[in-house]
Amino acid sequence: MSGIPHDNYEPKTRIEKWIDSRLPAVRFVHDFLMIPTPKNLNWWWIWGMVLTFTLVLQIVTGVVLVMHYTPQVDLAFSSVEHIMRDVNGGYMIRYFHLNGASLFFVAVYIHIFRGLYYGSYKAPREITWIIGMLIYLLMMATAFMGYVLPWGQMSFHGTAVITGLFGAIPFIGPEIQTWLLGASAVGQPALNRFFSLHYLLPFIIAGLVIVHFWAFHSTGSNNPAGVEMRKTSKEEVKKDSLTFWPYFVMKDLFALSVVLVVFVAIVGFMPNYLGEPVNYVPANPLQTPTHIVPEWYFLPFYAILRAFTADVWVVMFAHWISFGIIDAKFFGVLAMFGAILVIALAPWLDTSTVRSGRFRPMFKWWFAGLAVDFVVLTWAGSRPAEGIYPYISLIGAAYWFGYFLVVLPILGVIEKPLAQPATIEDDFNASHGKAE
Amino acid sequence: MLRKLTLTAALALSLPFATGVSASGVETEIEDFAFSFEGPFGSYDTHQLQRGLQVFTEVCSACHGLNRVAYRTLGDEGGPMLPEDQVRAYAAQHTVFDPTLADGAGDDRPATAADYFGTSQFPHAPDLSLMAKARAGFEGPYGTGMNQLFRGMGGAEYIASILAGYHETPACAPADFPGYYNVAFAAGGYPEECKDEEGHHLFPGSWIAMPQPLHGEDVEYADGHSTELDHEAQDVSAFLMWAAEPHLNARKHVGLLAVTFLVLLSALLYATNKRIWAPHKGKH
Repeated sequence: MSGIPHDNYEPKTRIEKWIDSRLPAVRFVHDFLMIPTPKNLNWWWIWGMVLTFTLVLQIVTGVVLVMHYTPQVDLAFSSVEHIMRDVNGGYMIRYFHLNGASLFFVAVYIHIFRGLYYGSYKAPREITWIIGMLIYLLMMATAFMGYVLPWGQMSFHGTAVITGLFGAIPFIGPEIQTWLLGASAVGQPALNRFFSLHYLLPFIIAGLVIVHFWAFHSTGSNNPAGVEMRKTSKEEVKKDSLTFWPYFVMKDLFALSVVLVVFVAIVGFMPNYLGEPVNYVPANPLQTPTHIVPEWYFLPFYAILRAFTADVWVVMFAHWISFGIIDAKFFGVLAMFGAILVIALAPWLDTSTVRSGRFRPMFKWWFAGLAVDFVVLTWAGSRPAEGIYPYISLIGAAYWFGYFLVVLPILGVIEKPLAQPATIEDDFNASHGKAE
Repeated sequence: MLRKLTLTAALALSLPFATGVSASGVETEIEDFAFSFEGPFGSYDTHQLQRGLQVFTEVCSACHGLNRVAYRTLGDEGGPMLPEDQVRAYAAQHTVFDPTLADGAGDDRPATAADYFGTSQFPHAPDLSLMAKARAGFEGPYGTGMNQLFRGMGGAEYIASILAGYHETPACAPADFPGYYNVAFAAGGYPEECKDEEGHHLFPGSWIAMPQPLHGEDVEYADGHSTELDHEAQDVSAFLMWAAEPHLNARKHVGLLAVTFLVLLSALLYATNKRIWAPHKGKH
């Protein structure tokens, strides 16, 4: 699995040899766990473990919830209440699942921003990055469909809004929306298929996670110094790395445990704080909530969606140049998906050969701006689309696209990077002062 | 710098969006009552839940349903904890429609502990089973549970404030304006006469369809507790919080155990991690 020279599994006993020559499963696990990992990894590299844990948590709690849930429009809400009231420990299982989605997105956003700062997307890790973005897209789809299942007010009307985005596609939009919903409006067919897909997609995510692992095990992990591991011989590799087990497994498990302290405190003491209270009202097609907001983890992109109103000049220009085919709504949808697409294209938009932001004096500040921008967009997305907020969203969206489409390409040319350490070993010793 | 910034980002992500008490720009007066079930260590006050059940039974249930709550749960740990015979007796005071009776024509019969509280008597009186959770954002369009985080307030405060929020109708309102003036209610009608030239409301709250249900001394508590309006309102709000979240006590208990366990586990993992890394960090 790995392109890095390291000690491979050697079956010692006769039984081990017998098994290994028939099904090298032990070899597979051994080589996976003993992968040489850059020894200078810092605490930003722990979120992969958190994400892996969360995926398992969501699947396990989800499978149990399905045992008690009924995907039928008249019964869905009641079956969730049945879980909350009557199923043994059901309230904990559901609250874990509900807040697990938030943990998933906190972790994935930090994981993505880690990659953006340390240049983890750059050659030769583009495929790892693209697979990661696919996982992120599927996570969003899964989270959205899961939110539909309790069939509360926000589930129902949120579904109408989100599938309505596809309805904004010129010419074929309404047909696509009908095709997605299985009917002309949100109802039983939509609930049934979202339930089916909500159960299916996590397993596709799990499959992609394995490909994600495979890809970065082939290239080796990136690291805070951004310099490659020396790979010419096992001895060289050992100078730059330590094995994943036990060094990074223990480090990651410690970090996971700390993250889980916060997580279980939220589940135990304030499980509904991150959700919309109005989703505790059963879906009523005849009564639309005054303000439809997606869950917090969609808000940055929701802000970008709503930023491009008909009076923004780029929208007017697109409208004019496309002979009116692209209206403000469709432009917003394109911008929203575009905002995710540009992240995926980062490996080709960033022209700098220096990976780590640590050695890029100008990039650092632009990146910090992007992190702030993300928070501002999240906040703006939660606000009503009136007054000053659309302008804030628009500035935020402009920075977002500017960062990926203008700043990253130009910085690589004009920026003068700082001196990088020659090896990972040098970087590690510089911070840990090993006396030799 | 990166660390600081991202920390800020992570913080902002995990605790977003302070929300005003007001909904849709309407100013409301939601009082921050001190309920026993607030905070990580808070739990329901059994006696308060029993008093709240009495207020619900004698006043609210005349119009409102509670159809997700089963009579049997009145005896549950962490609830009003009525003894079994009292649960049965309470259920037997009510009738339910049983479609299996009278050869399939259906008929009323006395309720048993396995039956549920009834549905609302009037189509416009909402069921109250989940109201304390559904109104945690104070019914406002931008309300989220964040009120609870930043102000320690939630649906129970909202309900108690509504019940105690019937103030004298402002003189500007026409006599025939529909509804009842309530300082805690944001989602109701509001007479044009009570707005200034710019359309701002001169008085907090709005006009609610529900007539004032509690006036003080509406019930007589067996435990001799005060029946002032505020107390009755808090008691029934606590009861409705329990109706919406019957396993709150158990949940907080599990949360506390889990936090304690994970803190200990974190300490052990920290020590283990430090120890296995020590030889490689020149600190042995």
